[in-house]
Amino acid sequence: MGKTTAEKIFASHLVDEPFPGTRVLHLDVVMCHEITTPIAIADLMARGKDRVFNNAKIKAVIDHVTPSKDTKTATQAKMLRDWARRHTIKDFFDIGHNGVCHALFPEKGFIRPGYTVIMGDSHTCTHGAFGAFAAGVGTTDLEVGILKGVCAFREPKTIRINIHGTLPQGVYAKDVILHVIGRLGVNGATDRVMEFRGPVVEAMTMESRMTLCNMAIEAGGTSGICMPDAVTVDYLWPFIQGDYPTKEAALADFKKWWSDEDAEYDRVLDLDVSGLAPLVTYGYKPDMVKPVTEMAGEPVDQVYLGSCTNGRLEDLRVAAAILKGKKIAPNVRAILSPATPKIYSDALREGLIDVFMEAGFCVTNPTCGACLGMSNGVLAEGEVCASTTNRNFMGRMGKGGMVHLMSPATSAATAIEGTIADPRRYL
Amino acid sequence: MKTFGGPVLFLDRSDINTDEIIPAKYLTEITKEDLKPYILEDLKLTGFDPNGEKTRNARVIISRANFGCGSSREHAPWVFEVNDITAVVAESFARIFRQNMFNCGMAAIELPKEKIDALFAFAGFADSSMAVDVEAQTLTIKGGGKEETFSFDISPFDKALVLAGGWVDYADQKY
Repeated sequence: MGKTTAEKIFASHLVDEPFPGTRVLHLDVVMCHEITTPIAIADLMARGKDRVFNNAKIKAVIDHVTPSKDTKTATQAKMLRDWARRHTIKDFFDIGHNGVCHALFPEKGFIRPGYTVIMGDSHTCTHGAFGAFAAGVGTTDLEVGILKGVCAFREPKTIRINIHGTLPQGVYAKDVILHVIGRLGVNGATDRVMEFRGPVVEAMTMESRMTLCNMAIEAGGTSGICMPDAVTVDYLWPFIQGDYPTKEAALADFKKWWSDEDAEYDRVLDLDVSGLAPLVTYGYKPDMVKPVTEMAGEPVDQVYLGSCTNGRLEDLRVAAAILKGKKIAPNVRAILSPATPKIYSDALREGLIDVFMEAGFCVTNPTCGACLGMSNGVLAEGEVCASTTNRNFMGRMGKGGMVHLMSPATSAATAIEGTIADPRRYL
Repeated sequence: MKTFGGPVLFLDRSDINTDEIIPAKYLTEITKEDLKPYILEDLKLTGFDPNGEKTRNARVIISRANFGCGSSREHAPWVFEVNDITAVVAESFARIFRQNMFNCGMAAIELPKEKIDALFAFAGFADSSMAVDVEAQTLTIKGGGKEETFSFDISPFDKALVLAGGWVDYADQKY
């Protein structure tokens, strides 16, 4: 019997099987941010175990509230900063160099096919786009990861999602993943790896694959996974060219992580997206999705473009193409938060930031901020936000606020019209 | 090992997420104890008052499917822990929340829907309370002069974490 990618990664990283069904794996990357790490640091200090298993395998960033907004967030940032200095963590990203973790760390080339990755952040599943097993964990798992370089998981079952057809104009990776979540439900993939396959995924950029894998957790999934191919090699080439003589050699090596043809899946889902319309969520759960045509005209107060889901350069390009030469509606305010400094400066160079600012967007520094209602765009009670983020839970972006999840294109069209709008008329 | 059992708080809805259990704006707190007043603050549920006596007295929560979905924040189990709620019984849990509970030496107990329905039959009694024996894998609910006992499954690893008092001590001794 063949193995899935996840099974291959588990087999190659196995440290212990303390009980049947529980696998303790060694970790290639442990990622840390300032919200969930400080309590782990404080606990390690209290235990007299302020150590790290390997400072080269720990990556840290201040991203959720940055620059700090008050004494408490400044204290969290300081705890992470002091700890990174104390342990000489080279890959620590502070103000001026910091961005949303799940956009920043891939951009730095930290994730490779076959890796095991954890972070105290549920959207860690994003990194499966590189053919890695990447799982969000809590602070205790993170603490053990920092100290020992291991984490325990249940043996993963995999749902294979074959995405057939071709993406119609105005339909993007965000619409595909909203469609998948709508089909599976918010717990349809609990304790499962979601393996994204098929011609639509193969044609996607790494950025789009990250958008796809990013929202695996919204169906309950442990990790998203895409097969590492020539697109993956091209993206990683600046970081791996010393390891391989040619791109072909890298690709041949990456392919060892591909699921075997005779691998056993928990479930196989076949979707044809050729007829898919842009999608928008309508309720307080990410599986409550409708075609934009059924939601058009719904009023919004704020448009938010950013986050680990859709704050990357290709997202900004799509939105800017729609916004070019236009103004946002007078009844809305619009916020753009490029996900990393590199994305921000690339967008500046391409003239995209001018387009957003001329349209009436406020452009903020890279941060998670508004997505989880912490800073830089929190909603008032009763307000509605059209957002390119990943969660529409009640109060997520501010107590009593409502969030409609959508693609960058749909958010741009919505900003222009001031109500939820179909992006296809602008393409 | 933590102690389990006592008055029950019934939360009759599926997909209760960690933003509802502890809103993100409180994630700036540095100690677990500081989270205490904000338990379930954003949960809108008919008849539920986050500041009410039932919430304050609760030691066990009974809920429906996919409890604890959403964010990975361990602040969700912690806000229960500092309010002396050490066990949640539900039809199913989101993976990260479930593991966070066991990692803290707390109990996330899954029961099939019909058993959860039977537990919810006690929701109307003001004196509903539950005894939980993790070692024996049984729980007993009492209320309105009635009593019912159920056995539950728990993975041997999760049980070992409860008995060890959490994952840090367990892992530190072993790895």
